[in-house]
Amino acid sequence: MRKIQIVRGTIGVAGAVAVAELASRSGLVDPAALPAASTVLQRAAELTVDGEFLADVTDTLKAWLGGLALATLIALAAGLALGSTPWLGRASRIVVEFMRPIPSVALIPLAIVTFSSATQSKMALVCYAATWPILINTLYALRDVDPLAKETLRSFGFGPAAVLLRVNLPSIAPFVATGVRISASVGLVVVISTELVAGGEGIGSYLTETQSGGGRPDLMLAGAVWAGVLGLLINAVLVAAERRAFRWHTVRTGASA
Amino acid sequence: MLEIENLTHAYGSGPLIVGGIDLRVEAGELVSIVGPSGCGKSTLLRCIAGLQRPSGGLVTKDGKVVEQVPDDLAVVFQDYSRSLFPWLSVRDNVALPLRRRGLKRAARHEAADQALESVGLAEAGSKYPWQLSGGMQQRASIARALAYRPTLLIMDEPFGSVDAQTREDLEDLLLSVRGNGGMTILLVTHDIDESVYVGDRVVVLTKSPTRVRADLRVGLPAKRDQITTRGLPEFVHLRAEVGRLVRGIGTPVQSAS
Repeated sequence: MRKIQIVRGTIGVAGAVAVAELASRSGLVDPAALPAASTVLQRAAELTVDGEFLADVTDTLKAWLGGLALATLIALAAGLALGSTPWLGRASRIVVEFMRPIPSVALIPLAIVTFSSATQSKMALVCYAATWPILINTLYALRDVDPLAKETLRSFGFGPAAVLLRVNLPSIAPFVATGVRISASVGLVVVISTELVAGGEGIGSYLTETQSGGGRPDLMLAGAVWAGVLGLLINAVLVAAERRAFRWHTVRTGASA
Repeated sequence: MLEIENLTHAYGSGPLIVGGIDLRVEAGELVSIVGPSGCGKSTLLRCIAGLQRPSGGLVTKDGKVVEQVPDDLAVVFQDYSRSLFPWLSVRDNVALPLRRRGLKRAARHEAADQALESVGLAEAGSKYPWQLSGGMQQRASIARALAYRPTLLIMDEPFGSVDAQTREDLEDLLLSVRGNGGMTILLVTHDIDESVYVGDRVVVLTKSPTRVRADLRVGLPAKRDQITTRGLPEFVHLRAEVGRLVRGIGTPVQSAS
């Protein structure tokens, strides 16, 4: 099953590369604007030994990871507080629903004014964007914790703190993890967007720089390829971690393991 | 051991569910509780277990009024798949309540393994609940209750979700632990044969708001088995009697207490 998926994936990627290659080679698009896929891939390979580009990647990942970690902590704490105090949950609902759809990108100017360093701005924006999926997942998962599981623990004389620690947290963990995975992708988009707009260091800045002046579309696209690869890798690692840690959940909900 | 005086309960301002129960249970007795479906048996059990504060009346256990879940009480629920924690191994599930006993990890595991062995699950400790059949899962939750060494064991339709063969096996398992170390057992069931087969007494409840309709002593020998016991005249007679009482026909009797 896994093998077939890998084969199919490879065929898909090869097909897409072939189409792009054909489009520039045949003169369908101007090769100066859209370099051949083989050229882009060659540049992408060269970038792995380009110290400056690697420093940009490190910078992007640092801001991304910091923001995501902070968001996880905030969202989990807020989710537990809002989810276990009914009146607090009701009171905050409108605020949450109001703030959630605000695109992080719209807050870039605010972040630039508020924070002195670019890394801080990026982290704050990633944190903002990444908080919502985790918070929403935490809230919904808390609402769905099996009352009988809680009752079971209570019937052995355990108090509310033990129920929170031994039933609520394990029950919601798989959903929180899914929220983190969604937020990881969102966060990557936000951090690179911020770099595009605000400059400084990072993959986004690299993309802007390669566009400026005469422009090096081949290098720019090579940078974009790495942004895509990062997103793919992050998702794959998180999916694998979820499957490993929450086998009890995937098996019970009938999801394919 | 257990004294229930004029126990009444209604959820919020809803209708009266438990309409005034008086019941006395001696230490070491196994009392079967039967009644029409939806009569409030589970509510009654929750009040006895201290999981639900009754609207009126008094539950006294060993001379002490039950206001919260007593220390030496265990409950076995019908829905084993929800009552066992899927993220813990079977051994850890059984060992978890022993934290309340202040036992060290090694001692908890030893007690859990012993209890699992006593219910015929010696090999299943390191498996997860969802890897076991329904009957084995219910054995595991019985083991969890037994490992806790309660003086009062409450079972809420514990064999309602297993197949007929497993049900008989579990009934015999219950008979083998009955009177063990002075443990008192309250068994709620909707199976009239079962109530007679395992019980020292059968308490028949009326429909909601429920009251005690009859309290019958089971005059069967202590040693029972599925084939012989179910053929005894006393068994056949009692089964018919209980059946009539549950359906609301026949004369209420108070042969016990």
